[in-house]
Amino acid sequence: MTMDGSIQLPNDARRQIDDLLAEYAHAIDDDRLEEWADFFTDDCSYRMINRENHEKGRVVGIMDCSSKGMLQDRILALREANVFEPHTYRHILSGTRITGRNDGLYKVETSFLVVRIMQEGDMAVFCTGKYIDEITLDGDRPLFRERVVVCDSNRVDTLIVIPI
Amino acid sequence: MATDIKDLIKWPDDGVSSIPYQIYTDPDVYEEEQRSIFRGPIWSFVGMETEIAKPGDYQTTYIGDTPVIVLRDLEGDIQVIVNRCAHRGNLVCIAKEGHTEELTCVYHNWRYDLQGNLKSVAFGKGVGKQGGMPDDFERSKNGMQRLKCEIYAGLIFATFSDEVAPLTEWLGPEMVENIDRVVGRGMVLLGTYSQYMPNNWKLYMENVRDSYHASILHMFQATFRLNRLSMKGGIKMSDGGWHHISYSIAESDKEEAEYDAKKLRAVMDGYTLADPTLVKGWREFDCGTTLAIQSTYPNFVVQQISNSLALRLCLPKGPEECELLWWVFGTPDDTAEQRDIRIKQSNMIGPGGVISMEDGVVGGWIQRGTKRDLGKSSVVLMGGRGIEPSGEGRATEVSIRGFWQGYRDCMGI
Repeated sequence: MTMDGSIQLPNDARRQIDDLLAEYAHAIDDDRLEEWADFFTDDCSYRMINRENHEKGRVVGIMDCSSKGMLQDRILALREANVFEPHTYRHILSGTRITGRNDGLYKVETSFLVVRIMQEGDMAVFCTGKYIDEITLDGDRPLFRERVVVCDSNRVDTLIVIPI
Repeated sequence: MATDIKDLIKWPDDGVSSIPYQIYTDPDVYEEEQRSIFRGPIWSFVGMETEIAKPGDYQTTYIGDTPVIVLRDLEGDIQVIVNRCAHRGNLVCIAKEGHTEELTCVYHNWRYDLQGNLKSVAFGKGVGKQGGMPDDFERSKNGMQRLKCEIYAGLIFATFSDEVAPLTEWLGPEMVENIDRVVGRGMVLLGTYSQYMPNNWKLYMENVRDSYHASILHMFQATFRLNRLSMKGGIKMSDGGWHHISYSIAESDKEEAEYDAKKLRAVMDGYTLADPTLVKGWREFDCGTTLAIQSTYPNFVVQQISNSLALRLCLPKGPEECELLWWVFGTPDDTAEQRDIRIKQSNMIGPGGVISMEDGVVGGWIQRGTKRDLGKSSVVLMGGRGIEPSGEGRATEVSIRGFWQGYRDCMGI
């Protein structure tokens, strides 16, 4: 245990976790959204919730996927159904720390900043916040068992369709 | 004296089926709306009673763009007070919510009780007999501005107007009935969030009342073959058209059961949901209502989409921006399973809702599309020219026309 409450890991475990975080962000920023669900276990949970709701223990947020199928449906809806102005993200990650380890699941927290780039070129900070993850290293590749995206601001500008 | 609104806006005809684009951008129109609508003969939703449960609890919000404090005073009564010190106009409550025994302005320590009455003024008698307030200064005439408020089914409304009818009379019986149905069992807040939109507030409120666009803009249900075309539905409107409800009804349990079977069936030539539990619900209301979007004039919404219940308030933030506040709720009697269904269905609504996200973006597109042609106007003719509600069918713009009827009534144009 270090001074900030994080725990030290063998280098290999730490490297696998860092790789997962980076690969996930690149897949979204590169518009490889069909790969998104494959970063999760079958019994996964992905939630996006603002900090106020999260701290008050409220249960409803911006997105709430409680199965891998729901993640796939989100992307299919984005591709085939939802109407929005084309845009991409750039994820900037920092400050990853390992906060615990239970039953083979690593609890990991990472700060993020997402810039949204609209098709005409407008760029703006779209969202900042913290990922609170449970990651398993047991399989062929590291996977999220749970990813909670805690957004610092209560506000979403216009709409959110691409996951963070 | 500002330009007279009648000189500023040339309404294209005598009715409400053609809306001048200028009305979505003009700063003078925006100013007049704050006076004639938001401080006019309307009741504004300002919060939920359960969120200020204990004496001394307060929240801050807005009526139009006027900051207000909503609180429970020490006697347990709800008060709505303009958030402005009578001294120099400073905001008295800075936090979004909190608990206090009195209202104290941090600037010069003017202190008010929770009804807004001025109790003391710092150094009111001066220091060492130097300075101080004049002898004729009356504390009783220098309180904070308290507004008239009414509570119905736990929803707090306030008004600047001395002339507006009592709340339930102003709403009318059909509007009250729907509030009773959706909200009357009590509310447990499940989440709140805000959606900030690059468009005039009225473009969002037109969208809320636009039952014509629902199955066209929002392609989620069509793409995944979730449409309920067999269902009955219609529009209800209050006398004069100010408030509206757009609804659909499953006529029997059987119809809902058949629908459930249909939506779970694989469709060969379309897309299917990998996890159809997203749209699984239960028959929550005996009347069979599966969807009801209600708006009360000018900017408040009570929503039932299947088992997803929410309140929405669209706050104007200048001529070309608005902020939509959401309160997603359940009831005190919800089972754990029902609560989970509400959580799952929340994926359909809000800024990231697979069904409703598009409502956040069309307003901005209209704002951009109309900006250079403010002399032109829109066409709102679907379903006729008047504000007579339709018993059957929702392919109509009648409730948008009702909104503009209320607008013309308030603005005097």
